[in-house]
Amino acid sequence: MADKIERDDHSGTETTGHEWDGIKELDTPLPRWWLYIFYATIVIAVIYWVLMPTWPMLNSYTRGLLNHSDRANVAAEMSQLSAARGPMFQRLASATPGQLVSDPELQQFARAAGESVFGDYCATCHGAGGAGAPGFPVLADDVWIWGGSITEIEHTLRVGVRSDHPDARFSQMPAFGRDHLLTPAQINDVTEYVISISAAHARLEPDMNAARRGAIVYHQQCASCHGADGAGDRNQGAPSLQDDLWLYGGSRAEIHRQVELGRGGVMPAWEARFDPAILRALAFYVHEMGGGEPEPAPQEPTDAAALAPPQSSADAGRAMR
Amino acid sequence: MNNVTPFPRPADSGDHAIDARAVNSAASRALYKKREQIYPKLVHGRFRTVKWGAMAVLLAIYYITPWIRWDRGIGRPDQAVLVDFEGRRFFFFFIELWPQEVYYITGLLIVAALGIFLSSALFGRVWCGYACPQTVWTDLYLYVERLFEGDRNARMRLDKAPMSLNKAARKIGKHVGWLYIAAATGGAWVFYFGDAPTLAHDIFTGQASLVVYLFIGLLTFTTYALAGTMREQVCTYMCPWPRIQAAMTDADALSVTYRGYRGEPRGPHKKNATWEGRGDCIDCNQCVAACPQGIDIRDGDQLECINCALCIDACDDIMEKVGRPTGLIAYDSYANIGRRTTGEATHLRLIRPRTILYGVLMAIVGALMLYGLANRATLDLNVIRDRSPPFVRLADGSIRNDYELKIINMAPETRSVTVAVSGLEGVHFVANSHAVQADGRIIAEAEGDRVANVRVHVAVPAGTPQGSHPLRFEIVDAESGERAGSASAFLAGASQ
Repeated sequence: MADKIERDDHSGTETTGHEWDGIKELDTPLPRWWLYIFYATIVIAVIYWVLMPTWPMLNSYTRGLLNHSDRANVAAEMSQLSAARGPMFQRLASATPGQLVSDPELQQFARAAGESVFGDYCATCHGAGGAGAPGFPVLADDVWIWGGSITEIEHTLRVGVRSDHPDARFSQMPAFGRDHLLTPAQINDVTEYVISISAAHARLEPDMNAARRGAIVYHQQCASCHGADGAGDRNQGAPSLQDDLWLYGGSRAEIHRQVELGRGGVMPAWEARFDPAILRALAFYVHEMGGGEPEPAPQEPTDAAALAPPQSSADAGRAMR
Repeated sequence: MNNVTPFPRPADSGDHAIDARAVNSAASRALYKKREQIYPKLVHGRFRTVKWGAMAVLLAIYYITPWIRWDRGIGRPDQAVLVDFEGRRFFFFFIELWPQEVYYITGLLIVAALGIFLSSALFGRVWCGYACPQTVWTDLYLYVERLFEGDRNARMRLDKAPMSLNKAARKIGKHVGWLYIAAATGGAWVFYFGDAPTLAHDIFTGQASLVVYLFIGLLTFTTYALAGTMREQVCTYMCPWPRIQAAMTDADALSVTYRGYRGEPRGPHKKNATWEGRGDCIDCNQCVAACPQGIDIRDGDQLECINCALCIDACDDIMEKVGRPTGLIAYDSYANIGRRTTGEATHLRLIRPRTILYGVLMAIVGALMLYGLANRATLDLNVIRDRSPPFVRLADGSIRNDYELKIINMAPETRSVTVAVSGLEGVHFVANSHAVQADGRIIAEAEGDRVANVRVHVAVPAGTPQGSHPLRFEIVDAESGERAGSASAFLAGASQ
């Protein structure tokens, strides 16, 4: 350190006194604007400590004079939101499917609510937009295992499929191969027969001799649920075998495997999870995906009973259990 | 104007001279130097009067425009000029623009740019000298400054004087005046973005949104800083135009110039002394004292010069007093200065290739915009294809794609449009909430001044080749016959 302060002639600034090979370092002061902003931030920080929650304590924290709480703000905003949505939710919950399809304002609300909930809870399995996946039905097409009217969709949502709900939609295809109900040869034959009666026959070219043998097996084992002509039966949750849409995949191997294993997925019952308006919104949203079916001829369209589950399917489910 | 120092000494030649130095002259320029305060002296004359007039008109336009009403019918904004961010509209008297029509704004900007090019080619930097907001507001701020602190000499004395009650009062008064103008400037700006009477009420009762106060604050700050404290530095250091202007003017463009051939050799002149063998410039420095940019016009064309012509007024005043013809500093072209020097006849060439080009370009862009506005479509269609699922196979083997049609109805009334789809063999609508008509079309209602969202299902029969196929949607207004179309694609997947 130099003893006396030295000034640089050119800039008029003091040097630090350090010198390296004749090069000296200027002790240039901080720019004023920078320094003042720095001081201002210190002042603002102190004001912030006083006003806002800042310092953690052992069991709590300093709350600040403004008593600010993000948690409380969120709660207040949420309750405001639900208060604002309340009337629409009520209208939605009390509307019949008939009223719903003739009320654009209500539809818009149901669509938005349904889309949001579907994205959170349903799209995981059924895919965004109801695209489906092997084992998880496509919801955007016009094929329904349990029914495609708003009422039927809502009922499926309510009770689930093979869920723990007492009135769950229930069907169980036997595992013909795994449980040795049919011989491997019979399974091959019935697979060829199923292909031959479906729209996939052009694509997969079934062995017609095997199909003829398989027809006998089919009429003994499968026709009771899937129908003599393979049209399926919604009351029993038996899919149609006439089209070329397959829940577990449409290759010969997958159809064969399905006869072997009789796979069936589980959909949770959402009744306890969502309030009726949300279920209605979801049903409407799924119905609008493209394959929604009109309501079956209503007995009492204005009565809430119209929305009651069709007894037959529940009975069928229980019967099969 | 108070405190106008009448010229104190008699018309005694060299005594007209004042100690004014051009702080921004090339000679005193340095790579790094602290800004020197400029104390422009008030002048009187033709150009000062024109500048007061221009200021009055421009400020009036700025402040009054948002308050002009224009009836557009019930439920529609009745403000003549309104940028409605919330409703995503721009209103300008009878014109209403939607966000997708911003190209009109682009056209307007092109016309404005060409206008500046043209005015520069004809008259030099008239924009800078008379119409630029920086000039107008700086002039206004100087007026306030003079009101509180007096003219040039008084201001210089005041700044040198030690702090006193008088000095403090004048300074505070000036800054309060400036802040008031700044706040009024920022306050008027926000009226272009909301209903002015409602917004004015909300602002003064504290009900306006935070954004409004934020913008008023921001523009108050920028006005105060730019017009109050930065002034000529904005033109010299911040504005790109002085750099561009060199390319926009030529020897035939008018600009404020010192007629050196007449003025030189300059020097102090005693009353009744002869004018033989010397120039008309008596080196009184009045032109320098009047300059708000701190330059000496006698140094020639300079980047800092905004062509405000106040030096012309200052010089003419002196020339009259010393009995020489006015116009030693004047609007002139460099070509003419050259001709005068050699004694040729002078003439102004206003019609030149570049002015013709600018004029023609402006006319073309203007005509295109007018044509566009006159034939503006009021119906438009955008199509958004659903990407999830990309396609849906149906029970009968046909394949379905889903689309969201955005029917943009820019007319005020509700219209019923028919939607048709084409481009692929057997392509057809599948009924959803919109029934399919006997002719295969869908009828959709489009509310006035709104975008109607219509979700449609489109299917092709089994056997359509795999891949993406072009598809076209057409909408027709059943009543007026106006139509619009949009291309999209149909994705056909493998059968399984």
